[in-house]
Amino acid sequence: MSRFGRGAVKSRRARFGSLALNAYAGLALFYIFLPIFVVVLFSFNKPNGKYNIRWQRFTLDNWANPFAEKALTEALLVSLRIAVASTLIATVLGALMAISLSKYKFRGGTVVDLFLVLPLTSPEVVLGSSLATLFINNDVDFGYPTVIIAHVMFQISFVALTVRARIRGFDWTLEQAAMDLGASPLAAFRKVTLPLIAPGIAAAAMLSFALSIDDFIITYFNAGSLLTFPLQIFGEQQRKIPPQINVLATMILIVSVSLLVVGTLAGNRRRRRLEA
Amino acid sequence: MNLVVDRRTRLAKFFDRADIVGLGTMLLLALGIVAVGAGWVDGDAARVVIIALVVVLVGIIAMAVMGNGEVRRKLAPYGLLKPGILWLALFFLAPVWSLFVMSLSAKESRFDFWPDFSWHWDNYRTALTEFRPQFVRSFSYAGIATLLTLIIGFPLAYVIAFRGGRYKTILLGLVVVPFFTSYLIRTLAWQNLLADSGPIVSIIDDLRLTGLFESLNIMDNGKLMNTPAAVIGGLTYNFLPFMVLPIYVSMEKIDVRLLDAAHDLYSTGRRAFRKVVLPLTFPGIFAGTLLTFIPAAGDFINAALLGSPNTTMIGNSIQDQFIRQNNWPVAGAMSLVLMAIITVAVMIYTKFLGTEDLV
Repeated sequence: MSRFGRGAVKSRRARFGSLALNAYAGLALFYIFLPIFVVVLFSFNKPNGKYNIRWQRFTLDNWANPFAEKALTEALLVSLRIAVASTLIATVLGALMAISLSKYKFRGGTVVDLFLVLPLTSPEVVLGSSLATLFINNDVDFGYPTVIIAHVMFQISFVALTVRARIRGFDWTLEQAAMDLGASPLAAFRKVTLPLIAPGIAAAAMLSFALSIDDFIITYFNAGSLLTFPLQIFGEQQRKIPPQINVLATMILIVSVSLLVVGTLAGNRRRRRLEA
Repeated sequence: MNLVVDRRTRLAKFFDRADIVGLGTMLLLALGIVAVGAGWVDGDAARVVIIALVVVLVGIIAMAVMGNGEVRRKLAPYGLLKPGILWLALFFLAPVWSLFVMSLSAKESRFDFWPDFSWHWDNYRTALTEFRPQFVRSFSYAGIATLLTLIIGFPLAYVIAFRGGRYKTILLGLVVVPFFTSYLIRTLAWQNLLADSGPIVSIIDDLRLTGLFESLNIMDNGKLMNTPAAVIGGLTYNFLPFMVLPIYVSMEKIDVRLLDAAHDLYSTGRRAFRKVVLPLTFPGIFAGTLLTFIPAAGDFINAALLGSPNTTMIGNSIQDQFIRQNNWPVAGAMSLVLMAIITVAVMIYTKFLGTEDLV
C-alpha cells in the first residue's frame, strides 16, 4: 500500500474508493462463477421430466450413473479421440513453426507471423463454412478426418504463437555450445533444447486440447453425421437436458482444474530448481 | 575445362542464395497446394501439379543434404515452417477461395443439387438485403457485449494485477477455471439462471424492478429469456476472459517504479492512473476488444440457446442456410461479407488505436 500512499494519510474518500473497487472485482468473480455453481448444483438435481432446468430435489443418482446416457458418453469418447489426434499433429507442426520463428531471423518472417494470426482473428463461422465448402467441392466425406483436419487448422496457429511467446528469450547459443562439444545437431536439440522448451510446448498442447474438446462452431460445419460432445448436447437440448450433462461437465472441470494446478506447481518447482 | 568451372560457380551461387531458394520453394509449394485444393487445376492437370510439387520438395531436401552447414542453416527455418504453412495453405487459404467461388455460384434449377459458378452476384444482394437485420444485430450485440466485458473486465484485471500480491496467480486461475467447462454447458447454465421463474427473474420480481427493466428494454413481458439482453449477456459472459487476460498481461508488465515516480512528482492517484497505467494498458485493451468482438460477431450459440427468432445473429443465418437449407452460395456470400466488414472495421480500429503486438 505504501507505494500508493507514500506515507501520507489516505483520505477517507480514497479508502472508500479502494474498498469499492475491491468489492467490484469480487462481484465480477462471483459473476464469473455463477453459472459454474449452477452446473455443479444441478448435477445433484432430480429433475421432473426431461429438462434439468428447475431445481426439484437433491439426489446422488446422477453421480452413481454418470454414463447412463449412452449417446452422451459415446459423444464424449468421440471428442476425446479427435482431441488426442488433432493435438498431436498440431503440437508437432506448431512447435516446429515456433522454433523456426524464434531461433532464426529470415526473409518473410513477419509475413508468416501475420499469416499465423489470421485464423485466430477470423470468425469461426467463416473458417467452418469455408473449410466445409472445400470438402464439398472435392467430394470429401465428412467424418473423423475432416473434423481432425479442421481442429488442427485452428490449433496450429494457437500452438505456434503460444510456444513462441513461451520460448521468447531462449538462449539458442546453448545448442551451439553442445555442438561445439561434439554433439550432433539432432543430439544437441534432443538433449539441450527440447528439455528446456518442453514445458512451454506441453502447456500449449494442453490448452489446444481443451480448445479441440470444446470447439462447436467449426466442428458443426465439418462433422457431417459424426457427433462430438458439444454437438450431441446442442442436438439434444431442445428435446431433453439430462442431468448427466452436468455430471460429465463437473468431471471435466475437476480434471482440467487438477491438471492446471499440477502444471502450475510443477512449473514453479522447476523454476525454483533452475534458479537454485 | 572452362565450362566445368563455370557450371560449378553457377551451382555455388545457387547454394549461396539458399535463403531465397528456401523462401521461394515454400511459396511455390503453398501456391501449388492452394491451386489443387481450391480447384484452379483439376483432373490430370492437378496430378501434374502434385508430381511437380513432390519433385520440388525432393529437390530442396537434396539441396539441404548436399549443402554445407551454412546452406542448411539458411534452409532450416523454411523447412521447419513448411509442414504448418502447407497445412494452413490447404485448409485455411484454399477454403477461403473455394468459399468465394461458391458465393458466386447458383443452382441452374430447383432440382439441381450442385451450384455452378456463374458470377451470380445476386447472392450478395440476398445476403445484404434479406439478412440485413441479422448483420445489424450481430454487430450491435457484439459491440455492446465488448463494451460490457471492458467495464467488467478492466477493474477486475486492475485489482488482480496491482492488489493481488501473492494471490495473483490464484486469482487469475479463478478467472480462467470456469471457462474449462464446455461453452455450451456454460450457456445452458445461463438458461437455468435466466429461466422465466428462475432465480434472477424472481429476485427482480421481489425487488419490484420488473417495470423498470421492461422500460429499459432489458425484460420483455416479465421475462429475461429470449430477449436481446439475454443474448448480449451470454456473449458478455462467454468472452469475458478474452478481455481480462490481455489487459492483465499488459498491466503486469507495468513497472511499479513508474507509479512511484509519478507519486514522487506529486501526481495524484487518479492522475497517475490516467497518465501512466491507462496508456500502458492500451495494447491489452486493444487486443482484448478484438479478441472479444470478432468471435462475438460470428457467434450463434448464445443466440440459439438464449434468444428467440427475433434475436438471431448472422452466425445463425449462415449455419441455417449452409447446413439446413444446403444453400451454400448465399451462406458463402454472408460469410465473406461478415469477414469483409470485420476486416475493414479492424483496419480502421488499428489505424486509430493500433499497437504493434496483437498477441
